[in-house]
Amino acid sequence: MSAAQPDAAARPARAPHPPARPAAQAPPMDLDALITDPETRILVCCGAGGVGKTTTSAALALAAAEAGRTVVVLTIDPARRLAQSLGLEELDNEPRRVDVPGVPGELHAMMLDMKRTFDDVVVAHSTPERAEQILANPFYQSLSSSFAGTQEYMAMEKLGQLRATNRWDLIIVDTPPSRSALDFLDAPNRMSRFLDGTMIRLLTAPARAGGRVGLRFASAGFMFFSKIISKILGGQLLRDISAFVAALDTMFGGFRERANATYELLRRPGTWFVVVATPEPDALREASYFVDRLSAEGMPLAGLVVNRTHPPATTALSATRAEGAAEEVLEADGPDAELAAAALRVHSERMVLAAREQHMADRFTSAHPEVAVRTVPAAAGDVHDLDGLRTMGAELTGADADTPTGTPRTRILPARRG
Amino acid sequence: MRVNPDPSPVRLHVVTGKGGTGKTTVAAALALALAADGGSVLLIETEGRQGIAQVFDTPPLPYEERRVAVARGGGEVKALAIDVEEALLDYLDMFYNLRRAGRALRKMGAIDFATSIAPGLRDVLLTGKIKEAVTRRHDGRRVYDAVVVDAPPTGRITRFLGVTAEMAELAKSGPIKTQSDGVMAVLRSPQTAVHLVTLLEDMPVQETADAITELTKAGLPIGSVVVNMATEPVLPAAEMRRAATGELTGADLAPALTAAHLPAGAAVADALATEVVEHAQRWAAQDSLRNDVESLGRPTVELPLLPGPMDVGCLFELAGRLEEHLRNGEVAA
Repeated sequence: MSAAQPDAAARPARAPHPPARPAAQAPPMDLDALITDPETRILVCCGAGGVGKTTTSAALALAAAEAGRTVVVLTIDPARRLAQSLGLEELDNEPRRVDVPGVPGELHAMMLDMKRTFDDVVVAHSTPERAEQILANPFYQSLSSSFAGTQEYMAMEKLGQLRATNRWDLIIVDTPPSRSALDFLDAPNRMSRFLDGTMIRLLTAPARAGGRVGLRFASAGFMFFSKIISKILGGQLLRDISAFVAALDTMFGGFRERANATYELLRRPGTWFVVVATPEPDALREASYFVDRLSAEGMPLAGLVVNRTHPPATTALSATRAEGAAEEVLEADGPDAELAAAALRVHSERMVLAAREQHMADRFTSAHPEVAVRTVPAAAGDVHDLDGLRTMGAELTGADADTPTGTPRTRILPARRG
Repeated sequence: MRVNPDPSPVRLHVVTGKGGTGKTTVAAALALALAADGGSVLLIETEGRQGIAQVFDTPPLPYEERRVAVARGGGEVKALAIDVEEALLDYLDMFYNLRRAGRALRKMGAIDFATSIAPGLRDVLLTGKIKEAVTRRHDGRRVYDAVVVDAPPTGRITRFLGVTAEMAELAKSGPIKTQSDGVMAVLRSPQTAVHLVTLLEDMPVQETADAITELTKAGLPIGSVVVNMATEPVLPAAEMRRAATGELTGADLAPALTAAHLPAGAAVADALATEVVEHAQRWAAQDSLRNDVESLGRPTVELPLLPGPMDVGCLFELAGRLEEHLRNGEVAA
């Protein structure tokens, strides 16, 4: 991208550049049908950090409850005020019912506490003495609170637990605020591979006296390696790791199996993914990677939510015409000319912004013409109460053509003719 | 040991911010600002995402200090993307003379293993490299006048900089611990300032406030708050206030439009009014967050939202604003 080249889509409508062939039009996304369908049991909202996954998840959950379903939304890192409005002030790692007057269904919400979830896994799968040993292990404490990927792994673990209780007929999952949307799918496996890996087995071989692996590899070369590692990390850490892995080993048949089971859950019928992005290059690039990945894994994609768009209230006046009109209004100097000129400039800026956003969305669609799209206009401030969520829910689930300007909700600006 | 002739003692600028606030752009612009008038500045990338190469529009950076921009008066900005594996090899070499063994370990996947096994090890290596660059001398003179770090996001910054505490927990002995103590001496000194980048949105402002509390508790020196992508008001103040309450309709705009003989019908006038109300409400929401930022009690600078895609020209424009801020001597704590 170079700045000298003006954004093609931002050019005024008066001098259109007809594309060589008609641009691909994204199919509409019917989220209303998806969340009201009793066959839909799990909905996972993914996307890069900061695109509004949490609010999207919460808004969809509220809409589903209003449609009569018993729904729980698992949030990862909600903004404080949103958490408060969902009654999530205390972190108790269990779903709480949200009091929404006049709603036919039920809305429950919870915020993931990753350390607590990990502790619960340990306690549930070992004897009390063993659990105590593990929980007190310094390496476990560091792993459970700061290992990259623990949050993703625990989000999946919690999802598995919620699904197993069968208490809810719809579970909506917000994913951790990682840099890459792919982390949600990759991290659990990475972590189980790490805990199950050759390297950790080699290192901890002495702790499992007589272990076959230990004997076979306890060569001079390996002893040298082990020495360096302990030199760098300090001997105590190595001993902690050994003790931890030895304790885990007898506890359950390997982390990998467990991670695989939760991963498989995501491929079962009734699970859908919603990818969330803002109309910006980075967020849409992430969305693009994620869409490719889902299709490679055979996981069903409901569509792309393009969040925080700025559709103008009218498209009858182009950016350039509005700019010109602002000057004419000032020259004519009628009543409140300054105000009217400012209004025209606001509109002009809005048209330019909307054109840029549409251009971004178009680029995504030309690469993924089969992916359904829903655009959601930005709220004036942050969404942090039930009313805000209800408004956003209406934008997410409303009929495609039902907008004030008649521009379908797949788009930000009307499609160009020709 | 040495008399510092600089008006500001800050030589290490750590730039953090919530994801999506544009901290890489701000770090790059700050490096340019510090290089103006002949400064030699090193810009360090810590997250291995090649964000610096992107903002300067250069090919991906290798693990070496490479010039990415020239500033006025012979100043220059070099950039370094730290590769954690390479840094560990350097480290093995430096302290144990083990470079060849290190390469073998790398083949075994052991280095990758060692950096994942102890999350703090990564941060120790990164901050160790940063400290080395800040204190490096050649022929008795400092190699860099300033070092700017594009640091991990606000949620992780205190842990990133405060590695000593974590390593003391995890590795009670070993040379890593000794090393991290030396790093903390630099990070906690007045030659360091942690700058926080935010947008005028709820979450980033909240995280900025949280980070300031955490950093203060950890004894790390805080610099400025940078409000990024700030927009300018289009409406006169009084009208802005009125519009924010929603008391503006197409009827207020129609006479002026008619006087200019615009063929705008009532529908267009109403639509314009709707947009103005939204604009004003958004502005009002931002303005109240501006007050929240002010109440954090840190020196604050606003950088404008620039139209169009970000390029090197934009960086120089932002650098100009930061230079002014630096000149006012408001960066240090």
